[in-house]
Amino acid sequence: MVVLEVVVVATRFWIAAAAVWFSCNATAAVLPQDRSDVMYHSYSGDGVTIDGPSVMLRKKVGNKVSFSANYYVDAISGASIDVRAQASKYQEERTETTVGADFIHNKTLMNVSYTNSSENDFEANSYHLSFSQDFFGDLSTLALSYSRGNDEIRRVGDESFLEEATRQKLGLGLSQVVSKNMIIGFNAENISDDGYLNNPYRTVRYLDADSARGFSFTTEVYPNTRVSNAFSINANYYLPYRASIYGDMRYYSDTWGVKATNAKLGYIHTIGKAWILDAHVRFYQQDKANFYQDLFNRADEFTFMARDKELSTYSSFSGGIAATYEWQFSSNALVEKSTFNIEYDYMHFDYDDFRDATTGETVGEEALFGFSANVIRAYVSIWY
Amino acid sequence: MKKRMLLSAVLLTSVVTATGCVSTMDELTNIEPWVKPYERSNLADPIMSVNRNPVAMAYMRHVFEAREAARGADGGAGGGCGCN
Repeated sequence: MVVLEVVVVATRFWIAAAAVWFSCNATAAVLPQDRSDVMYHSYSGDGVTIDGPSVMLRKKVGNKVSFSANYYVDAISGASIDVRAQASKYQEERTETTVGADFIHNKTLMNVSYTNSSENDFEANSYHLSFSQDFFGDLSTLALSYSRGNDEIRRVGDESFLEEATRQKLGLGLSQVVSKNMIIGFNAENISDDGYLNNPYRTVRYLDADSARGFSFTTEVYPNTRVSNAFSINANYYLPYRASIYGDMRYYSDTWGVKATNAKLGYIHTIGKAWILDAHVRFYQQDKANFYQDLFNRADEFTFMARDKELSTYSSFSGGIAATYEWQFSSNALVEKSTFNIEYDYMHFDYDDFRDATTGETVGEEALFGFSANVIRAYVSIWY
Repeated sequence: MKKRMLLSAVLLTSVVTATGCVSTMDELTNIEPWVKPYERSNLADPIMSVNRNPVAMAYMRHVFEAREAARGADGGAGGGCGCN
């Protein structure tokens, strides 16, 4: 109750603060450039392949407004470890559509957008509002954002099943020019969820002497609220030649007891005017939620029980490379600039307390689970 | 209820004071920059942009969010160097 009250007060505070900010004088802010992107994306790992297109269009109308639209598809096929342990392969599709607009008013930038995400058993609608403003001689940019979303959760094969959840996000961002070669940034975000936060298909594992395997599964039970806070810093540094290094770090905690940190370091190198090459590494580590366990003693052991490996204790590493080739055209031409981009990331996850229940080994002594994944993005961008 | 209104009023007052619609904002926005506009060519280079490719960045954010419990504060601050 106290948490909810704080969220309500904080929400009003942000809206009021944004209104005050918006009504004040400011300096140089610019609308995003007109551009379009067509991307093919692919994720493959843990027996699952998710791929599809993403198309984004952005166009200014006059000098004050820029409209944007994004259409995105996740085509999912295969069977992850959760599914392999108890059921059969599945196939589904998620489509996500976003429409938005950016406005400049008194040189303050405002963004509004609406997103719909749709699956055969899940429907989510969310609204986003943000303001950003440059000050301190255009060397600092402060951004405030607020999002609210509503989810409808269904379960295939159970017509009567319908649950709901609402989500709110409050964000604060500050970027600062430190020198003519360095920009740093700070971000903070509070997210609060309320409602049905389970996955209706996911189960927990418990000891069962009557089962041939020595264990059985039952539906997981999550708390109905979750409030999280995340803080991050980032920096970009321009090297003495046309190249840059960049990095970021984030700390995360939530009311479910999850604590996480991650860090990323990257290097961008250019060859001539046409090539931009990027190499980066990222580390992630998290501690489990209070109600997570790989194996429970009985089906109703605790009020809340989860065996979602994303709520367990684990660490992951990812490393990636990217290449961009750029064509510059005349500024009078229909298309001013175009790029072709290919990006690849390798990821590896090692779980500390999530066991592979499919191995047939002694219950509770199965090998710890781990997997690798490959992520590809290939896209063309044009500026006009 | 009273407490909430009081808290909101204090917070809002602090914002008004901090942003100072009266004259402080003008002073903040007109402050002499220590990196002059003509010194920002490196900062304006796309290789210094946190969000150079928004579609690919949004996709990777989605990939990580789907496989990690952590969420939020993973975008750029939405700022740049004011040099576009």
